[in-house]
Amino acid sequence: MPPLLRITELSVQGRTPRGAWVATVRGVSVTVEPGEVVALIGESGAGKTTVALAALSYTRPGTRIVGGDVALDGVDILALDARSRRRARGKDVAYVAQGAQAALNPVITIGEQVAEPLLLHGVTTRADARRRAIALLARLDLPHPEELARRYPHQASGGQQQRAMVAMALTCAPKLLVLDEPTTALDVTTQIEVLKAIKGVIREHGSAAIYVSHDLAVVAQVADRIVVMRDGAVVEQGSTDDIVERPRQEYTRQLIGAVRPRPVADSEPVGAAGPAPRPLLEVDGVSATFARPRLFRPPDAAANVLQDVTVDVRAREVVALVGESGSGKSTLARVIAGLHPAAAGTVRLAGRELPPRARQRDRDALRRIQIIFQSPELSLNPEQRVEDAVGRPLELYFGLDRARRADRVAELLAMVGVPADYAGRFPGELSGGQRQRVSIARAFAAEPDLVLCDEILSSLDTLVAAQVLELMRELKARHDVAYLFISHDLATVASIADRVVVLYGGRVCETGPTRAVFSPPHHPYTALLLSSVPALRRGWLEEVLGVRAPSSAQTGIAMLRDPGCPFRTRCPLVLPGTCDRLTPPGRPTPEGQMIHCHREMEELRVAQAREAPVPA
Amino acid sequence: MLKLIVSRLGLGVATLWVMSVLVFAATEILPGDVATAILGQESTPEARAILTKRLGLDRPVTERYARWLTGMLRGDLGLSLATETPVSRIVGLRITNTLVLAAVAAVLAVPLSIGLGLLSAAYPGSPFDKSLGVVSLIVISLPEFVVGLLLVLLLAVQLKVLPSMATTPDFASLPGLVRALTLPALTLLASVQAHMIRMTRAAVLDVMRQPYIEMALLKGASKRRILLRHALPNALAPIVNVVALNLGYLVSGVVVVEVVFTYPGLGRLLVDSVATRDIPVVQVTGMIFCTAYILLTLAADVVAVFTNPRLRYAK
Amino acid sequence: MTGPSAWTASAPGTRTRRARPPLSGLGRIGLGLLALNVLLAAAGPYLAPHAVGEIVARGAFAPASPASLLGGDYLGRDVLSRLLHGARYSLGVAAAATTLGFLAGLTGGFTAAEIRGRFDLAVTWLLDILLSFPPILLALLVIAGLGPTLPVLVGTIAFIQSARVARVARAVAMGIAALEFVEVARARGESLFSVLAREILPNAVRPLAVEYGLRLSYAVLFMSSLSFLGLGIQPPEADWGGMVRQNVSGLYYGAPAAIFPAVLIGLLVLGVNLTVDWLAAGSDRHLSEELR
Repeated sequence: MPPLLRITELSVQGRTPRGAWVATVRGVSVTVEPGEVVALIGESGAGKTTVALAALSYTRPGTRIVGGDVALDGVDILALDARSRRRARGKDVAYVAQGAQAALNPVITIGEQVAEPLLLHGVTTRADARRRAIALLARLDLPHPEELARRYPHQASGGQQQRAMVAMALTCAPKLLVLDEPTTALDVTTQIEVLKAIKGVIREHGSAAIYVSHDLAVVAQVADRIVVMRDGAVVEQGSTDDIVERPRQEYTRQLIGAVRPRPVADSEPVGAAGPAPRPLLEVDGVSATFARPRLFRPPDAAANVLQDVTVDVRAREVVALVGESGSGKSTLARVIAGLHPAAAGTVRLAGRELPPRARQRDRDALRRIQIIFQSPELSLNPEQRVEDAVGRPLELYFGLDRARRADRVAELLAMVGVPADYAGRFPGELSGGQRQRVSIARAFAAEPDLVLCDEILSSLDTLVAAQVLELMRELKARHDVAYLFISHDLATVASIADRVVVLYGGRVCETGPTRAVFSPPHHPYTALLLSSVPALRRGWLEEVLGVRAPSSAQTGIAMLRDPGCPFRTRCPLVLPGTCDRLTPPGRPTPEGQMIHCHREMEELRVAQAREAPVPA
Repeated sequence: MLKLIVSRLGLGVATLWVMSVLVFAATEILPGDVATAILGQESTPEARAILTKRLGLDRPVTERYARWLTGMLRGDLGLSLATETPVSRIVGLRITNTLVLAAVAAVLAVPLSIGLGLLSAAYPGSPFDKSLGVVSLIVISLPEFVVGLLLVLLLAVQLKVLPSMATTPDFASLPGLVRALTLPALTLLASVQAHMIRMTRAAVLDVMRQPYIEMALLKGASKRRILLRHALPNALAPIVNVVALNLGYLVSGVVVVEVVFTYPGLGRLLVDSVATRDIPVVQVTGMIFCTAYILLTLAADVVAVFTNPRLRYAK
Repeated sequence: MTGPSAWTASAPGTRTRRARPPLSGLGRIGLGLLALNVLLAAAGPYLAPHAVGEIVARGAFAPASPASLLGGDYLGRDVLSRLLHGARYSLGVAAAATTLGFLAGLTGGFTAAEIRGRFDLAVTWLLDILLSFPPILLALLVIAGLGPTLPVLVGTIAFIQSARVARVARAVAMGIAALEFVEVARARGESLFSVLAREILPNAVRPLAVEYGLRLSYAVLFMSSLSFLGLGIQPPEADWGGMVRQNVSGLYYGAPAAIFPAVLIGLLVLGVNLTVDWLAAGSDRHLSEELR
């Protein structure tokens, strides 16, 4: 049987801002058989999305196809006229975009958008289209589909939006589905639900699919074949098992190596967390809110984003702050840095209480706490050269003159692995990884005692992130510095943190040494988090979902304004009557953890032994 | 959403009140003794003092303001200093003329410019788009009185189609109405329209660059459907903003246009009464203009809320 | 990081900061017109063959002659000279007022955006009220009240502009203030002024330049309208709007005295608008071919 999709020697060019055309895809050939799921794996800039969009005979503005053929079901779709192209899109081949938030029209209801392809291609009547749309939403495990169909996109959560997009693509039962990083923007606990829904519905419809991603572990769960791409060319391709178990190219091996082993009970602890006289940083009962100020009244206290958070960081220690979106972890970093005033509680540095706003703090206190942010694009002022960005702390805190600054900047750049002659460049001329390194150099220029790292690896490519993590480890070994390392990626955390603090819905669930937190007994949320991290192994998805309780599929957070435990809506061990009324007490364990749960330790131990963590 | 509307209304009322204070204060700084202006230079100090007392101009400012405000609210708009006729009668005659002029200009301008702006955005870079762009650019670079005078030159002098000076609009006869209104309305129309076309085009093009438009394209929607069903509803809010902004220009433009064509409306009344220091008339006319301005902004805000589901159904 | 930005960033040296859009033909014309006007404003009085009030001809609207290249106005004064003298008023008053208003609005808007909180609420509320006052009404009252002197004219127009600029400046600043490099600066303990001047301002230059241009063209038009209403520059000094008003009766004979000032106003504002359009170039090239 001929392949459903045959891409032959596809070459694409893209336009630089100055107007020149450069090659972005070079002679790529990919085939997809009917019913097969083929993954396009690679880092950013590999050209995966460009190739995937070619399957829809679409090029983004600023790109043009200069060579090759794309045949869908034997038809050369690049040569089609406009009308035939329109007919194919949405009906024979459909696209699921990466960011559902932006790809859904904000002024059209979800139901109408999902049903639209049916009406565009004249498949059925309006009423029937609506029914089919709702049925699809239900099949994707979306709760209350009729209600959801009536809503607008901004009224749905990220996971719901993403699944609605998948439904929208499936309405006309296309032979080929193109999924562009569908779960990248989602929390890991939501991702697993969406993966399950996608996989189920693809199987059911018998569609073939192209799955674009940078995440090998995720892709291993859904793909039959994997195509590894880099810089616009195919590095290697083969069946999922072949690629994962027997990679032939060095690049593929690097990618696999960068998928760090999942944190399991017997992972080695990092560094001895010896007892220190007094914690360097003490965060005590901090609450924070985003309620807007009102002209004549105090702000609305019920909209708290952090509630009663207590965290300690000792000198030279790495404390990881783990949580998903809405957990408040970034807000906590901002509170500590003085960027966001706490509504209650105190922050102490070396025993002295810090004023809530950075402008009120003295220079020395400001110097000792430095912060690095997530986005390489936005962390550096585009109008400032590298040497000015790194040099500013030197000027501000140490009063160095120009000559001494230049020397020190050169030292710092060397320390983070950025070539010295980059000092005169602007951030726009640096890659993402280099920009992040410059941000690190800037933070270390102040010779801080504590560095707040707010998801500094999350926007980097896998390999680059691995290098930057390594850099952070080196720097910590050479300097007298502690980290508060915020991340949602448990594997990273396991490899660098001494202690872990788990946040959910603005409250601390559990704290303790890394190894202890990652092995039972732990907070039910920690258990859910750990089990949601994909393993680089086919069949992992089915195994995990097999042992998981159905309540975990809920993806909402109970509002903080309500008393009780924020996790109660998803907890498999919830106690109705207790968990929704009383704040969970902190229970210490012999391993050194503090778990905030209404359940006794023994109960947790027994329940979590039953849903034994799946081996990596 | 109701809460939003009510709060906007409240803000509007508060603004109106502040306007009244400002207008009143501004008229206070108009120099020249009113009594002298009315009685003339040769009048005796005693006569002026009596007149001043009679007009109540010797009371403290705050008392006069309070008296004026309560009078306005009751509907008593005072007496014109120049003619001693009730202001309400003077204004009443003129307000219809101005309203008709403004309404005609608005009713013609809004649909036409939105339509042209949409067309421009539908075929960006086409000869139609480019030439429309050039014409709009030239029109917005000219002051209204120049546009008006050019139209007079063209239509009244060269082509002799219309009268150069406006006569009182004869509402009884349609041809009379048309003759009186055409030139002023066209002038008002021109600059307002040019602005609206440019801004509409920009707003629609901005929407067309959004990711959800690309998504619609990838679903197989035709360009026409994308424009009308996907882009336009999103462009409504910025377009409404544009329209409100420009109807505000209309309020200002009306003043100049009425002077150019000596059209008997509120705008000319304002200018004349400022020149003659006829304070009660100035105050009332000023307040009418402010109210119109504020009402337009309020309407724009309300429509903006209606067309944006994010504001209508806050999460 | 997907799309074209991905490969430009990973090829260092290929992209410089803030690419200015290439100078299009229309942009060149705009800048040219602007430059011409600045020249006229600066050098006008020195180039003018006659003084502003000097009578050079008998009778109204005398035809062109070697001594009076554009003919005479309704009083017999040389049109060309009056145009050259008037350039500095038409452009100068507008530019001065716009610059003053711009600085005031910029400061207010930026500060409100960075301080936030109650100060920002108060500023927004104040702006709402100021913007609700029809500018022409304000100008009529104030100028009639305080007299059409140069300081009053400049001050009134500046005041009107400042509110509009403040609103735009605030919006622009708030967009930038939310970015991470600004947060890093705040966390460093940079002063308010330092954050505004070092971090926010350099990144706001383009939208602010566009806004300045828009305000300038508005000021020129507004100023000429005021002159037309008799509230602008008073005789015997000339400004272009006033000249149109004075010589309106000559319009029917096609006298240069009435036409040239109007044309010059148009050219000045056209120059500003073309320049603004070039600066604001949003590029239709980001629009897919299929949507054109």
